[in-house]
Amino acid sequence: MNSAESFSLQLSLEEKKRRFYGVLIAAGCLFLLFKAFVIAEDMNSGSFAKGMSQFLDYPADILKDTLAPNANWFAKFRGYIPAMLETINMAAIGTLIGGIIAILFAFASTRNIHVWPPLIPVARRMMDIMRAFPELIIALFLIFVLGTSPVPAIVAIILHTTGALGKLFSEVNENIDRGPLEGLESTGANWLKRMRFGVLPQVSSNYLSYALLRFEINIRASAILGFVGAGGIGTELRKAIGWSQGADISALFVLLFLTIVAIDQLSSVLRRKVIGQDLTPGRLA
Amino acid sequence: MTTTTMADNAAVCERYADVFRHSRRQSVLPIALIIAAIAYIAYATYLFEVPKLIDNLRVDRGVILATDSFAHKYHIVKRFKTGKVEVSLEGTRGQEFEGSYPEWVQVNDQGFDVDMGEGVTATVKGNVVQFSVPDNPVLTVEATEEGVLLRGDLPAWAKYSPRKFEARPSLFKRIQVTKTKVEVHRYFAGWENFFFDFNHPLNGKSFHEVVSTAFSSERVIPDLSNWQSIWRGIWYNKEWQHKDVFRALLETVIMALLGTVVASVIALPLAFLASENFNRNFASRMLIRRCFDFLRGIDTLIWSLIFIRAFGLGPLTGIMAIIFTMVGELGKLYSEAIENIDEHQLEGVKSTGASSAQNYAFGVLPQIMPVFISQTLYYLESNTRSATVIGALGAGGIGLMLVQTIQTSKDWENTLYLIILTLIVVIMMDVVSGRLRRRLL
Repeated sequence: MNSAESFSLQLSLEEKKRRFYGVLIAAGCLFLLFKAFVIAEDMNSGSFAKGMSQFLDYPADILKDTLAPNANWFAKFRGYIPAMLETINMAAIGTLIGGIIAILFAFASTRNIHVWPPLIPVARRMMDIMRAFPELIIALFLIFVLGTSPVPAIVAIILHTTGALGKLFSEVNENIDRGPLEGLESTGANWLKRMRFGVLPQVSSNYLSYALLRFEINIRASAILGFVGAGGIGTELRKAIGWSQGADISALFVLLFLTIVAIDQLSSVLRRKVIGQDLTPGRLA
Repeated sequence: MTTTTMADNAAVCERYADVFRHSRRQSVLPIALIIAAIAYIAYATYLFEVPKLIDNLRVDRGVILATDSFAHKYHIVKRFKTGKVEVSLEGTRGQEFEGSYPEWVQVNDQGFDVDMGEGVTATVKGNVVQFSVPDNPVLTVEATEEGVLLRGDLPAWAKYSPRKFEARPSLFKRIQVTKTKVEVHRYFAGWENFFFDFNHPLNGKSFHEVVSTAFSSERVIPDLSNWQSIWRGIWYNKEWQHKDVFRALLETVIMALLGTVVASVIALPLAFLASENFNRNFASRMLIRRCFDFLRGIDTLIWSLIFIRAFGLGPLTGIMAIIFTMVGELGKLYSEAIENIDEHQLEGVKSTGASSAQNYAFGVLPQIMPVFISQTLYYLESNTRSATVIGALGAGGIGLMLVQTIQTSKDWENTLYLIILTLIVVIMMDVVSGRLRRRLL
């Protein structure tokens, strides 16, 4: 056997081994998934098979109520618009204030732009914690202290937005071209001026597009927070579901869906205009 | 060195008018934006009635809640009508001390004598309560049929009305006197009964004592070996419910994990059907894309509300809700990645005479693998958070537990414990997914 043959034999052996391990890992994962599913099925109060057969019952009930002759669907739809506006306002103010605080955090946590070094890890950990808190928990806690009002939801959104946007903004900051900064430094500009004229013009369009993406996410979040009593469309939805008013439920679903789609389209148009391309939304979720 | 005069400046401005006009617009725009932002914030402050809210702010409630979340308290209560004294932990049923009290509590026929620490004492004799704080005159409060009478000057840390006398000289000491009863609270930092519940024989023992019990042959609970009684004591702790908490955490993690993984597996083939370069049929492509939009547009929350009717309370509901939203979300991302692949690589594979399956395996998949893996992992962390939220609204898991403890406002230390656990799980998911991402890419 010459060396070339033995080499190719070894190669095919390696290949087989690799394939074997690949199959083994895939089988292991499949088994784990199956096992997890069995555990989930076990923990659930209803079973999977039974659920699948009943899956369409609830939507069918809602549809039946909606199509009933005395449903008055369009009047209901119009009646819920103010609640939707409140939800949008909650999301907007949360995104605005959260975004402004996030800019401060982003500058405090970026290397290479001459901030006081010990500040960087502190700001980063603070953002990590703010991001990890599910909004609902903060909102529930604040509702207990402040009473039912949209403000707890807004504070919750602000906190989460600060954490999430701050991280993205600081990543944007780290990728800037440092030329303008050095140029400004040579003219003797102070720190604020260097940031204002050297960094902000480079990052502002990315900031804006990330903030727009966050705004979309925050609309969903503020709708959810309404469920625990923070006002807006969520509170209406909770009432409608509690009373099983099919026509109201469908009106609210459609309104929420249309709003989300509209904001989605609007912000994607704006984003394309601002930076000429879309960002990967997964990084934001 | 040459100097420029005003006239030169003006000439320059005139010559490059475009440049200078542009710069003026640039300097006005940020200011306009800032003014707009301030105006909007002011409008929102008015809209959401923030000033009224600040007026109604219940700071005392917040303080009680915050103290309660990291401390526990003993209640010593005397009811004047019956003359009965009760000493209990947190004032809850099933946690009353019978016969043997903590050494700083002395109960006698007349009432009780409590040393509240740092020289503060409360003595109850019949209907008269004497409350003494160092560097302050002794306060004497008498509860009569008509109301509460106070003798002595009222210090800043106490409140008095004929209906109620209340004093809190420091955060960890509190006394209340009404017509019917006197109630003394002494706080201690830390979570009580974390390992063994109140009625367990090992409650209040130090770590050292517990370890030595484990090795001793004398049985704490006659039917069980000592190891078992320690383990069971902790695991089935009635107050902290370690077993249920663990189960709820597992439920939440399973929801996020199974939902994300199954969704990404379903989304991949659909993404091929939704991308222009693999599906030339316009109608079917558009249909799948609109389906993605529909799935994405309806929030996980709403999906979970629909599924809860069908699947009932539990992780299945959460899993299905996450799968539905995620198929839309990931399907869109994957199909965009597929549309952006480099065709040359695929052509190269084709030119070797590879079969159609091999085309996909070696020409396409390696290019979209990074997107596939990184997006799935990114969503894993965010789905853990969604799983707690939809759990809170009915799908079960740690979220539901948390909402229940907050809404019953039973014991805020339980709430804090659950919040910390949730945060740990979310941060852990973040760290694990980040590690995996770095290793796989």
